[in-house]
Amino acid sequence: MENKEAYPANDAAQDVKDSSRRNFIKQSTLLTAVALTPGTAIKAAADHIDEQIAAVFEKMPLKMQVNGKTQNLSVEPRATLLDILREQLDLTGTKKGCDHGQCGACTVHVDGHRINSCLTLGVMMNGRKITTIEGLANGNQLHPMQEAFIKHDGFQCGYCTPGQIMSAVACIREGHANSEHEIREYMSGNICRCGAYPNIVNAIQEVKDGGMAV
Amino acid sequence: MKQFQYVRPATLKAALDVIGKPGVKVIAGGTNLIDLMKRGVTAPDKLVDINHLGLVDHQSLKDITETKTGLYLGSLALNSVVSENNMVAKRHPLLAMALKAGASPQLRNMATVGGNMMQRTRCGYFYDTTMPCNKRVPGTGCGAMEGINRMHAIFGASQQCIAVHPSDMCVALAALDATVHIAGKKGERKLPFTQFHRLPGEHPDLDNNLAKDELIVGIEIPDNNFAQNSYYLKIRDRQSYAFALVSVAAALEIENGIIKNARLAMGGVAHKPWRLFDAEKALTGKQPTEENFAQAATLAMQGAIGHGGNSFKLKLAPATITEALKHAAGLV
Ligand SMILES: Cc1cc2nc3c(=O)[nH]c(=O)nc-3n(C[C@H](O)[C@H](O)[C@H](O)COP(=O)(O)OP(=O)(O)OC[C@H]3O[C@@H](n4cnc5c(N)ncnc54)[C@H](O)[C@@H]3O)c2cc1C
Ligand code: FES
Ligand code: FES
Repeated sequence: MENKEAYPANDAAQDVKDSSRRNFIKQSTLLTAVALTPGTAIKAAADHIDEQIAAVFEKMPLKMQVNGKTQNLSVEPRATLLDILREQLDLTGTKKGCDHGQCGACTVHVDGHRINSCLTLGVMMNGRKITTIEGLANGNQLHPMQEAFIKHDGFQCGYCTPGQIMSAVACIREGHANSEHEIREYMSGNICRCGAYPNIVNAIQEVKDGGMAV
Repeated sequence: MKQFQYVRPATLKAALDVIGKPGVKVIAGGTNLIDLMKRGVTAPDKLVDINHLGLVDHQSLKDITETKTGLYLGSLALNSVVSENNMVAKRHPLLAMALKAGASPQLRNMATVGGNMMQRTRCGYFYDTTMPCNKRVPGTGCGAMEGINRMHAIFGASQQCIAVHPSDMCVALAALDATVHIAGKKGERKLPFTQFHRLPGEHPDLDNNLAKDELIVGIEIPDNNFAQNSYYLKIRDRQSYAFALVSVAAALEIENGIIKNARLAMGGVAHKPWRLFDAEKALTGKQPTEENFAQAATLAMQGAIGHGGNSFKLKLAPATITEALKHAAGLV
């Protein structure tokens, strides 16, 4: 077998000897190490030190901005951003399709970038700015992408639509909507079981070509 | 998902103090770990969030920086950021191509370099906790060996396991002779990328050679002359957002119509990114023609074994190697 005999590298994997012992770990005095004793944990939380420890708490404090509004929440470490949005904040526009990163129905923006909220722990969103489909419109005035989806019939059942629209806005902002091919590639993280793809692409192209700010 | 503790250390030292203990897992982007935790494949008691570790060696683990001899990617650099980075695009377009072929734009906005390297196999028996799997629970047997093994390995498998490593990024990094920078309690060590992942052997539960109490801090890619002639070709069941059946990273250095240097690695065929050393050697000094590429591909397939469901890869893989080389050489 080629890789076994002639060139050991593909299975020379067992050799894990250190090649460098340079001790590069430096501890800044500004940054304190995490402490795991309950007493210290409570003190750390009281002092608002960045290392927060759930060890002794059922729930952890979570402060994040959602659609422009600051939310001070108390969440279990295992709660996903998707579940917090839908169940604690009643923002049910964001959908749960697969819950495993495979469909894109849960797409929201974090600090302006699209992510899958089903694979995101809420506690990891501390201090971040979240935008959901509910935060896209300007008062009663729909976002241009929402208008375009209606105009082009970019949906049938509508279940994937909030995720599609959040992704579509990001797709244009990222500069990945320059051709039908590019739009299809960069929208591939959003599955539509009703197969509304051609109309979704048309909607995105219209917004892109219209040159409107998204 | 089982309840767990969550800690957010602010320094590398603090993180290294916690990891390595039983039941403790590191979380970076979470795109693989949370998925596996939801399915009960893994159930840690404590998660260590490494996204707030501050500076390590004077730089953020999220940074992409130039070194004297190459390019350094911090382990927390996002897959999307690396794939769009100007220095990466200019010097290592092969890596950018491989990254863009992986997952979806949303997932790439979350996935990190370190997490991508550490992602587990997508073998259905590994994911299904009602099935036998030596990787998930050593000693229970391999369901895929005689079962559904369409996605599985044709190289380097053992009696214990025929799973493949699913990453695209890692195939490019293996071809580009990258080096992995690892931090442990005793300091830093480096490992050639091709020696980071391992073959299953008697221990399919171990995907790689990172010790439990170590962290990946970064990847260094040495400068090369492959930028002009490189290509990542990924063959999958649908055009986008699917794991590779077979993928090939091909890089050539062509001078005066002769191949001066070649690098080839395959994904979707082994428990680790599979470097094609013999084929590389055979191509060196030859002309970049389809005939020479096909010969190198035949050589690369020596020792390949099909297991039924994946036997189609015995034909698909050499065809993919040839096609990737043609693209790299500008023949198509
Ligand atoms: C639907 C779907 C499709 C996908 N398609 C593809 C695809 O086509 N191609 C592809 O290549 N990938 C694909 N992926 C996988 C994706 O690339 C990985 O999930 C991602 O790269 C993992 O990175 P992360 O930062 O999110 O890791 P995490 O989930 O945070 O961690 C993964 C593992 O790495 C460990 N870890 C993380 N960082 C470090 C570190 N610095 N040191 C030591 N250990 C560490 C964690 O402990 C954990 O065990 C897909 C994923 C999904 C969900
Ligand atoms: S619900 Fe998140 S990707 Fe499907
Ligand atoms: S409109 Fe029904 S899933 Fe897309």
